[in-house]
Amino acid sequence: MASIRELHQQLVSKERSCTEVTEAALAQIQQLEPKLHSFLAVTAEQALEQARQVDAQIAAGQPIGPLAGIPIGIKDNLCTQGIPTTCASRILQNFIPSYESTVTQKLQNAGAVMVGKTNLDEFAMGSSTENSAYQVTANPWDIERVPGGSSGGSAAAVAAGECVVALGSDTGGSIRLPASFCGVVGLKPTYGLVSRYGLVAFASSLDQIGPLAQSVEDAAILLGAIAGYDPQDSTSLNVAIPDYTQSLIPDIKGKRIGVIQETFGEGLDPVVEKTVQEAIQQLKDLGAEIKEVSCPRFRYGLPTYYIIAPSEASANLARYDGVKYGFRAEADNLLAMYKQTRSQGFGAEVKRRIMIGTYTLSAGYYDAYYLKAQKVRTLIKQDFEQAFEQVDVLVSPTAPTTAFKAGEKTTDPLTMYLSDLMTVPVNLAGLPSLSLPCGFDPQGLPIGLQMISNVLCEGILLQVAYAYEQATPWHKHSPQV
Amino acid sequence: MTSAAPVKTQYEAVIGLETHCQLKTTTKIFCSCATDFGAPPNHQVCPICMGMPGVLPVLNQKVLEYAVKAGLALNCQIASYSKFDRKQYFYPDLPKNYQISQYDLPIAEHGWLEIELVDAAGDPCHKKVGITRLHMEEDAGKLVHGGSDRLSGSTYSLADFNRTGVPLCEIVSEPDLRSGAEAAEYAQELRRILRYLGVCDGNMQEGSLRCDVNISMRPVGQTKFGTKVEIKNMNSFNAIQRAIDYEIERQTEALECGELIIQETRLWEEGTQQTISMRVKEGSSDYRYFPEPDLCAIELPAEQLVQWQSELPELPAHKRHYYETELGLSAYDARLLTDDRVVAEYFESTVVAGGNPKQAANWIMGDITGYLNNHKLSITELALQPQGLAELIVLIENSTISSKIAKDLLPELLSRGGSAKEMVERQGLTQIADPGTLTTMINEVLLAHPQELEQYRNGKTKLQGFFVGQIMKKTGGRAEPKITNQLLVQKLKG
Ligand SMILES: [Zn+2]
Repeated sequence: MASIRELHQQLVSKERSCTEVTEAALAQIQQLEPKLHSFLAVTAEQALEQARQVDAQIAAGQPIGPLAGIPIGIKDNLCTQGIPTTCASRILQNFIPSYESTVTQKLQNAGAVMVGKTNLDEFAMGSSTENSAYQVTANPWDIERVPGGSSGGSAAAVAAGECVVALGSDTGGSIRLPASFCGVVGLKPTYGLVSRYGLVAFASSLDQIGPLAQSVEDAAILLGAIAGYDPQDSTSLNVAIPDYTQSLIPDIKGKRIGVIQETFGEGLDPVVEKTVQEAIQQLKDLGAEIKEVSCPRFRYGLPTYYIIAPSEASANLARYDGVKYGFRAEADNLLAMYKQTRSQGFGAEVKRRIMIGTYTLSAGYYDAYYLKAQKVRTLIKQDFEQAFEQVDVLVSPTAPTTAFKAGEKTTDPLTMYLSDLMTVPVNLAGLPSLSLPCGFDPQGLPIGLQMISNVLCEGILLQVAYAYEQATPWHKHSPQV
Repeated sequence: MTSAAPVKTQYEAVIGLETHCQLKTTTKIFCSCATDFGAPPNHQVCPICMGMPGVLPVLNQKVLEYAVKAGLALNCQIASYSKFDRKQYFYPDLPKNYQISQYDLPIAEHGWLEIELVDAAGDPCHKKVGITRLHMEEDAGKLVHGGSDRLSGSTYSLADFNRTGVPLCEIVSEPDLRSGAEAAEYAQELRRILRYLGVCDGNMQEGSLRCDVNISMRPVGQTKFGTKVEIKNMNSFNAIQRAIDYEIERQTEALECGELIIQETRLWEEGTQQTISMRVKEGSSDYRYFPEPDLCAIELPAEQLVQWQSELPELPAHKRHYYETELGLSAYDARLLTDDRVVAEYFESTVVAGGNPKQAANWIMGDITGYLNNHKLSITELALQPQGLAELIVLIENSTISSKIAKDLLPELLSRGGSAKEMVERQGLTQIADPGTLTTMINEVLLAHPQELEQYRNGKTKLQGFFVGQIMKKTGGRAEPKITNQLLVQKLKG
């Protein structure tokens, strides 16, 4: 599918109408969904109505913004007023929010056309989108394989051209991992850059909404549209938002790029390692200064994450009790109703994390787990701070492997958790990070390169990514579903 | 032969109070819903206070201001770094199944307030009661149970979330109190302070001030605490006092019989005037507190603290002291006048306008309070301004009018206000003290009542009152009583 800029030009030059663009996306969805299952709901009617409004605006000679008329997928953990928001959970089966998330409101105001709500691991807990209570999304490059998670629906939809861009959420890698597996660009902004209001919380101190796109430029445009201070989110940062497209300069001469030593070695697929090393060489060839950087506490990221995230999740998910909305199991008394509702309403992975989090916050265990994890979190943050004294951008593989087969890791949660090894430390430190395609393995599966920059340095991140992208052919490949 | 009787163990009560005060903000603590009492069920709710998926709390800055001011007024240390925590438990009146509260870093700690008591000799004395901590939190909703007044045994329950998210300030006292009377006095003084600050209306019936009592007994002289019992459900100061007195008696009797006190929560029953067991505590509940990740830590700028400190009003204890030592009022009067800040301010304005403090106090506590009660008015709604009351007091003091005339004038002054002086002049009510004028009038009265005069002169001297009455009637009560009597006696004697 064309890029946002190309589509925008086609729309303003009246080469194509917004309705035509939308219909094309809906047709692609109709054709591919039986195989991909990226969407939990397709909002064709609302999309065409929005498209008509944009067309009317163009016909009336009014100026339109860059995102006006652009088909977009929204991860189904973002609340959309009047449209079911399920978090791919049975417990929110019939939940229709009476309010709009800040990001989707911003996109609506920008004229973007939401074509549907995309699939995810239940409550964004997972690395393969297999934890959805409704459907398993396929990887467009090989439908036997997973798209990564938890924003698997959004990544697959963008990769397969079911929409131009999509929103995902990233708590421990949930944007970057599926971007890596599906061969698209996925960006997790600085914690607080994008309002979380209306994002159904998984782990509040880690969750961040971000774009999935076919190109760095598209990601930059979408980021610009959703970023910004929101008085409804106390953790949102009150900072001026630059025009990120201004950072898209294909020149990184003299930029200092650090290679995180701890992300190479044991557990890393040799093909992934080789491909990422080639990408680093490419960056060097482009004039960047490559340095080896050590983040000694990087490897503690995963265990730290798997204490903090479930702790917060156990509280965030307590509200799903059958009393007020969503699924309720009938029972004789209150306690039985609570138990039945939550037993039947939540899937295995969500229950596992609620139990872990309940345990780590319990009296007598709090200090040993939660408090200790918070201390390690601070140390991991310090490692990054020190690294950014020497370099502008850090690079690593996004994931240890390429997309694995559906069902391959569902019986072993710990193996599944290892998929997030490279990405979780970034969330713990609240840093911006993206994944972009850097090659393919012999099976033709995409490999992702992770880039990390300092707090609020999305500009430099986009610049390095853009320069790499423009110098390499990977983004021009599309899957044949 | 006598042997010493076994010494009976004397027990003392150790009492602490946990008070929940609804802060008088117009909107809730984390959303913009109204906080008014009495709206139809679930009419003051929104996705945020209903804990819908994806919503986020934003702290109402007024709540912070009120809590800090309460902390300052209670002589607390205000935390330079404070935060909110999640207190987790499942209950249908708690939409998120966690309450946003403060755990280990409350906004204020280590304070005290002073209460006024009466010692064994009946003299007033003071006692300092420690304030352990003061923290902010959100209130829960209300459940209405069908088929039972409790959740257990009910066939259904209805949840009303209007109260959910109403800001609360929990104030925990040190276990410094020793009797029901002390506890009741502590609660009253606390309410007075909060009302003075304007941060809580202190309405116990509507639940905007709720006190829970912790009480244990121990032999006098022992430092170790006995087993603690919690008492809830008291909705007046009187109930607090009686519940504690009942509990002291119950526990003392139990101890004297060698029984063990069980750690439990008991409810005060107004009807039977008893406490009854509600639930027995099995260990301490694990609320799995952890820092609220959706809210930023509170780091109060020093200038803000100084600003709020400067906005504190003079507090009741200070006023009482001033009234007694500087204005010469009795402890009783001082206490009554300072109970309500607006009454105290009315009184002070009257004094500033020149009214004698004792007289002003009498008028305010007497006729004016009576009038306000009859008309269900607040003193701020009174037409009579302190200036007017001061004038009235001065007019009596300098004998321009009599007390009787003043009482006659009062209803109009109270309802219409205005200047007492002008009213007296307009209605010609000035007292007649001129001996010449009075002598003429006395002569006229004596002439008109020759029979009574003769009876008087034959020894029926109590008829003097009759003649005074006649003179007052003739002057419309304006004859200055002292001079009139002097002149009359001279004339009567011939
Ligand atoms: Zn509300």
